Amino acid sequence: MSQNHKKHDVEQLRISDLHAFYGESHILHGIDMKVNRGELVTLLGRNGSGRSTTLKSIMNMVGKRTGSIMVNGSETVGMQAHQIPHLGIGFCPEERGIFASLNVEENLMLPPTVRSGGMSLEEIYDMFPNLYERRMSQGTRLSGGEQQMLAMARILRTGANLLLLDEITEGLAPVIVQKLGEVLLKLKDKGLTIVLVEQNFRFAAPLADRHYLMEHGTIVEEIASHELESKMDVLNTYLGV
Amino acid sequence: MAELLGFPPQVLFGQLLIGLINGSFYALLSLGLAIIFGLLNIINFAHGAQYMLGAFVAWFGLKFFGVNYWVALILAPLVVAAIGIAIEKTLLRRLYKEDHLYGLLLTFGLALIIEGSFVHFFGVSGQPYSVPAALQGGNNLGFMFLPTYRAWIIVASLVVCFGTWYMIERTKLGAYLRAGTENPKLLQAFGINVPLLITLTYGYGVALAAFAGVLAAPIYSVSPVMGSNILIVVFAVVVIGGMGSIMGAVVTGLLMGLIEGLTKVFYPEASTTVIFLVMIVVLLVRPAGLFGKEA
Repeated sequence: MSQNHKKHDVEQLRISDLHAFYGESHILHGIDMKVNRGELVTLLGRNGSGRSTTLKSIMNMVGKRTGSIMVNGSETVGMQAHQIPHLGIGFCPEERGIFASLNVEENLMLPPTVRSGGMSLEEIYDMFPNLYERRMSQGTRLSGGEQQMLAMARILRTGANLLLLDEITEGLAPVIVQKLGEVLLKLKDKGLTIVLVEQNFRFAAPLADRHYLMEHGTIVEEIASHELESKMDVLNTYLGV
Repeated sequence: MAELLGFPPQVLFGQLLIGLINGSFYALLSLGLAIIFGLLNIINFAHGAQYMLGAFVAWFGLKFFGVNYWVALILAPLVVAAIGIAIEKTLLRRLYKEDHLYGLLLTFGLALIIEGSFVHFFGVSGQPYSVPAALQGGNNLGFMFLPTYRAWIIVASLVVCFGTWYMIERTKLGAYLRAGTENPKLLQAFGINVPLLITLTYGYGVALAAFAGVLAAPIYSVSPVMGSNILIVVFAVVVIGGMGSIMGAVVTGLLMGLIEGLTKVFYPEASTTVIFLVMIVVLLVRPAGLFGKEA
């Protein structure tokens, strides 16, 4: 436990006063958050509250961003988009982003290695046997669940130790959602840091260490997992769960 | 000699050969256009001018520096690609977020400037460029005479087209290109330097045009307007094949050359319009093109 506690003391991501813009629209209004190594933190909120934009801002995929985003101690606001993943970040976009013109294995091998210690192809096929069976299929011929597995597997190969996962359970059958939950627990055991944007609160609650509650492009509440019971009314107000 | 479909075989095969050679140029040029359009979303109207530049670099090299054909075949594409890369980095780069039309207008303007300056200095009559010694002469195949240089054009073009196809469809670099064509933002979020990929892709597409220009130099005269003459047909080929389809560009290029050649035998009056007739029919029946994906 003490070792675990120590691990949690290393700051992997610190966002200060982040504003993000798409063209003229001002989407994020001063986000402050931090995630320690090995933590699983969720961003909860309604559609349009700025959760996905927060992840995209970390990846520099928005029009403009100001403020500070420190990843493993490096300031990334001035960096170009393709430099940021090399700090050890893996991004799984909401629309999954499986490439139709690539087969499953090409999709899997596409992202370059960003750190040592990523999963090998064997380990990945071991964790997701369906992907092995269909490795020569066109990426988008997979079922929704398989595509989600592929989108996850793709970033596990790179060795990224900070995973940004956007709505990974959206539209998937309960049995697949359960499988994804198991995968997340395994990744947590391996010491990976995870930021999870999630609509499905029941899925996220038992996995997460902390929750950030977002509304109108700001963070309105930070809830540790042990405070959940006492703050259910706050959650109800913002999420309507 | 026996007639074939009412024509002497010499005439029929001779026109088919010419068709295949024209088709080889259509294939090389439309391939470059397709790759550029795929990743950059830019309709490269300067492609004809870049083809012409390739031929002129070869001609300059031979006339002033004694650079022979074989060296020019490598050097001219590199020189013209370097010019293309400079254009991409200084001008095209500013237009990616705008409508297709802006890229088209910019490259069209560049083509006019480049061609206009060359017409000013060299006139439109064209400069001679002789066939390299190793490729002079020809063989009598019995049913027709096959000049060696013409056979070389077909072989060289097929090798380059197939090599390009292989690179795009079967290698890691090609996977980046395909992924970047689909979703450049996400590719960049995986840590790929997409701006560099775009620059290199434009350079490669331009190099293909220049390579075709060098191939063309010994059989067509090296003239400032050689590019604008062929480019309109090449655009029709790209539309018929399907915008952005690699295989479509190559196969359609060769096919349209052959159709043009056959038309010259059977109904010469229509030989310059037949490709546009095909284009109209294809657009009516399959608007995305023969090899294009239906939107």
